[in-house]
Formats: sequence, C-alpha cells, structure tokens
Amino acid sequence: MKKERKKNLYNLAIWTWTWVATLAIATFGPKYIWDDHTVLTALAVSVNFVHGILMIVANRKVFNDFDELQRKIHLESLALTLGLAVVVGLSYSLLEVTNLIANNAEISYLIIFIGLTYLILVTINTRRYA
Amino acid sequence: MKNKLKVLRAQHSYTQEDLADIIGVSRQTINAIEKEKFDPSLPTAFRISKLFKLPIEAIFHFEES
Repeated sequence: MKKERKKNLYNLAIWTWTWVATLAIATFGPKYIWDDHTVLTALAVSVNFVHGILMIVANRKVFNDFDELQRKIHLESLALTLGLAVVVGLSYSLLEVTNLIANNAEISYLIIFIGLTYLILVTINTRRYA
Repeated sequence: MKNKLKVLRAQHSYTQEDLADIIGVSRQTINAIEKEKFDPSLPTAFRISKLFKLPIEAIFHFEES
C-alpha cells in the first residue's frame, strides 16, 4: 500500500513538473524560440494541455489512495479553497471593473492565491488531527 | 466517540505504524483515533475489531455530544 502511494506521488510529481515545463515553453517559446510560428505555438499549447490532463489524472489517483482521515483533511481544505477562490476572485475582478485598482486583474494572482490557500489549509487541518 | 485502541495496541505490543500497516490506514489516522479526534469509518472499525478479536462495542463507546 505504501509502495503504491509512493508510486502515485512520484507520478504526480513527474506530471506536475512536465506540465510546468511545457507551460513555460508554450509561454516563452513563441517570443524567444520559434518567433511566433503559429503551428509550433498551437502544438506547444496542445502538449501543455495534454500534460495538464495527465497531471489531473495523477492527482485523482493520489486522492483515491488517501485513507479516510487524509481524505477528510483534503476535502475540508478543498471546500474552503474553492469558496475562497470564487469570493476573492470575483471581488478582485470587481475591483478592476469599478477602477478601484489601477492594474489589470491577473489570473496568475488568483492561481497563486488558490495554491497558497490550499497549502495553508491542509497544514492547519493536518495539525488539527495530530 | 471513546475507544480503547491505545490500550489494546499496547497489550498486543503493536506500534502505531504496525497497526496502521495491518489496518491499511496511515499512522496519523491511528493517532487521531487514539486521541479521539477522529471517528473511524465502519470498515476500519470492523478491521480493528477483527484484529483484536473483540466486538466493536467492546472497543468503541458511542457518547452523544
């Protein structure tokens, strides 16, 4: 069981890193590597998308391998993260629409917020049951 | 829910890690059950009961909170 868990975590790490790498290639490739070649850009975006799907499948395997307590911890964290992402995301967007902030509302800030919120909530919930 | 898991584990000289491996959960889960911070699922309660050859109600005591 532990072996299976390690294998699933290893697979998730691999697919996460390849997704990040292909995202970087798809983002910076058109400007710095292939000079805005449409076919190559479309190919890079497609490869990144496929890697993203494989990362999600790997994450699902890790989640399904959790035991009951780990599942509870992650479910509680996910529920709060989802709620906060919707509320904070829409408020952030509203700030831009109503010109209360000078900058454009960047989705990358929301992604960072979601990642950090999930990480903090998993840590807090894990400590609650320790 | 109150339980006698820690006592039973000690009587059988199992570590939390041993028990977790036998039952098929994480060590953290065994620790949380022993500290009565987490109530196990029915399949886990049955596995514990089968391992210690005791009825579930001899290990776990439900108390209305």
